[in-house]
Amino acid sequence: MIDALNHLPRPRAGADQLAERFSDLAPPLTARQAAVESARCLYCYDAPCVNACPSDIDIPSFIHRISDENLQGAAERILSANILGGSCARVCPTEILCQQACVRNNAQECAPVLIGQLQRYALDNAQFSEHPFKRSPATGKRIAVVGAGPAGLSCAHRLAMHGHDVVVFEASDKSGGLNEYGIARYKLVDDYAQREVEFLLGIGGIEVRHGQRLGGNLSLGELRDQYDAVFLGLGLNAVRQLGLPDEEAPGVLAATEYIRELRQADDLSQLPLADRCLVIGAGNTAIDMAVQMSRLGARDVNLVYRRGHADMGATGHEQDIAKANQVRLHTWARPDAVLLDDAGKVRGMRFARTELADGRLRDTGETFELAADAIFKAIGQRFDEASLGDPVAAQLARDGERIRVDETMQTSLPGVYAGGDCTALGQDLTVQAVQHGKLAAEAIHAQLMLNVEAA
Amino acid sequence: MADLSIVFAGIKAPNPFWLASAPPTDKAYNVVRAFEAGWGGVVWKTLGEDPAAVNVSSRYSAHYGANRMVQGINNIELITDRSLDINLREITQVKKDWPDRALIVSLMVPCVEESWKFILPLVEATGADGIELNFGCPHGMPERGMGAAVGQVPEYVEMVTRWCKTYCALPVIVKLTPNITDIRQSARAAHRGGADAVSLINTINSITSVDLDRMVAHPIVGDQSTHGGYCGSAVKPIALNMVAEIARDPDTRGLPICGIGGIGNWRDAAEFMALGSGAVQVCTAAMLHGFRIVEDMKDGLARWMDQHGHANIEAFRGQAVGHTTDWKYLDINYKSVAHIDQEACIGCGRCHIACEDTSHQAIASTLKADGTHAYNVIEEECVGCNLCQITCPVENCIEMEAQDTGKPYLNWTQDPRNPYREAS
Repeated sequence: MIDALNHLPRPRAGADQLAERFSDLAPPLTARQAAVESARCLYCYDAPCVNACPSDIDIPSFIHRISDENLQGAAERILSANILGGSCARVCPTEILCQQACVRNNAQECAPVLIGQLQRYALDNAQFSEHPFKRSPATGKRIAVVGAGPAGLSCAHRLAMHGHDVVVFEASDKSGGLNEYGIARYKLVDDYAQREVEFLLGIGGIEVRHGQRLGGNLSLGELRDQYDAVFLGLGLNAVRQLGLPDEEAPGVLAATEYIRELRQADDLSQLPLADRCLVIGAGNTAIDMAVQMSRLGARDVNLVYRRGHADMGATGHEQDIAKANQVRLHTWARPDAVLLDDAGKVRGMRFARTELADGRLRDTGETFELAADAIFKAIGQRFDEASLGDPVAAQLARDGERIRVDETMQTSLPGVYAGGDCTALGQDLTVQAVQHGKLAAEAIHAQLMLNVEAA
Repeated sequence: MADLSIVFAGIKAPNPFWLASAPPTDKAYNVVRAFEAGWGGVVWKTLGEDPAAVNVSSRYSAHYGANRMVQGINNIELITDRSLDINLREITQVKKDWPDRALIVSLMVPCVEESWKFILPLVEATGADGIELNFGCPHGMPERGMGAAVGQVPEYVEMVTRWCKTYCALPVIVKLTPNITDIRQSARAAHRGGADAVSLINTINSITSVDLDRMVAHPIVGDQSTHGGYCGSAVKPIALNMVAEIARDPDTRGLPICGIGGIGNWRDAAEFMALGSGAVQVCTAAMLHGFRIVEDMKDGLARWMDQHGHANIEAFRGQAVGHTTDWKYLDINYKSVAHIDQEACIGCGRCHIACEDTSHQAIASTLKADGTHAYNVIEEECVGCNLCQITCPVENCIEMEAQDTGKPYLNWTQDPRNPYREAS
């Protein structure tokens, strides 16, 4: 259990009641709803939704196939572009991607086709007797993929499809990355992340080794020597700190750590409950944290952000979810001090009010305090420097703290590719990571085959 | 409000909306409900000789559009399956109770003079306002030498019509089958036989769909099917053309026409009237929504007439007939060009791909900085075919604009490019 919060009480509601509160946030479409919704798609040419999809899914085509009652064809269309289409259908911020681009958002209608929901419908209901993709003849090439998150899994699948053998090295006990450990529980229910990984591995040719950590029991130098190519899908595994005294006190925790526990918990009633809860940050993780604590039964959940609503990383849709779950959003306030009780445990936080002056954020001089049993930090993730500690890895060129890649996802080291959140390319989204993995696999394949032809 | 009352072929009705001969007019119960709902008239479901016809179970099937929208219904039901006596008694009573409504009796008996001579006086005695000859039923009855089997032979149409005019004083409306090549031949035959009016169209031979698991067409009777008669919204364009063909045929000029075929609202009805119909008959729309739709039809038609200053139906009936002509008389020099309203355009690209793949490559697609596309008409390539306007999902976004070419009216019979042009 989470040591920093062990002094807190447990939820008042029973396990069953809590399980109900953490069921599907957006229930799946029924067959009839899918028929009606798919018929709304205008089957655009050069469709804006496809342009907005980081993973290039042919959206009009798969929706047309749903409308034609060809669910298997629809599912294959999705998966051929995005092998993790099932989780993307659930976790993608479609409101800023495909559905924002949908032409049915026009001024007369203001109602996009529910693309994400339709994608989920196709993948949930298509029946495959065997894995829908076949492997090409074996190439004899072996590729190391570091990280079994969306980027690594996507890369591994595409490589396996091209006939290569893949070994995936994963530090955690389970594959899936943020799908398994980082997504709000009600967005990805029923162990979906594991079922999806199982489906993906169904192609064959992929071996996953757990407990393997780059910078720990693995080094990039060794991997480069032993494999024909290496893909790094490391993610962002370090938590950004507030930089305040007493940040390590009982009651202060990274939101990602709590969410990880919450996702893995068999019995939600055994989790520590922060009845008065403070979440610092304004991204989707901050919202996920606040909403989940509220659903566990917290009476007073406050989310505090140093800037205004318009600057928040969380989408309008996410902010609406927060409001619907009685989360109070405070803006223009910066954490100033962690307040402790006599026993040294968190009792609240002092904030400095902020404002913009000439485009720069500054304190107004005013402060206020909010009482809290726990403070959750959700101000972003950092690159875990320890992972690139060996001499070879240390040579990797970086963009800021992240790994530099070109448009084919190649790093500055020949034969080493990277994708997902550990690179600076594109947005930090599951769907972006899937695309990175896919592109890297294609680049690795092209490079390896070029060498074969040249030999 | 505009006056919706009509006198059609001598038959008076408070409004032009009649229910067609079909299941909705099978018996007194339904007809009384229809009159209560406000229908101007009904054509009582076809009477025949005893013993009455026998129907099978499973009788209708549908052709669906998106979202289960019914485009058309196919039926394999025969004429009335109740005895002649029951029908005649009910007709007598209903007419007595509803004297202001048009009550027409549909008839189908064998193509033998004696059969018609027998039934006509019985129908006349009910007090009904007229008879309609069912020469169109495409299924079941032709196999017994009736229905479409008669309607497809102009000589029979003329002969039976003449018998009816001989043995009956009531107005005779001849209902025409569309399952022929030239509807004018049937209409002319009815006209020669002395018909007071024609009504059209009856249903079209059809199979709506096939159950691919059982490998049998719909509607399924046991493990078999048969073709039926198609009606509903999908047949409206076919019916409108046939009405127009008769309306503008010099041989049948002035012959009253009762329009039938896919009429579901006031606008459909007004269109049939614009092409010459003096009354209309409705069936499928009522079968899908119930009799209440007539209220909306009457209200819509009357308001439209008021807005356009039409005091009664005769004021606009047939106004589109004169504008309907043979292709060879169309103006070769007329030119229209598509114009896309960029403010209204939602960027779906449908006009572009339709024109690019299947028409004249006259709509350019330009990639914009934000990743979306702009669509613009290349006027010199546009032939004014209307396809882009048809595929555009936004109403009034694409307009076909008439161009001033400065050229005079020129039709194909006058065009120098026509090798067979008529000598001037």
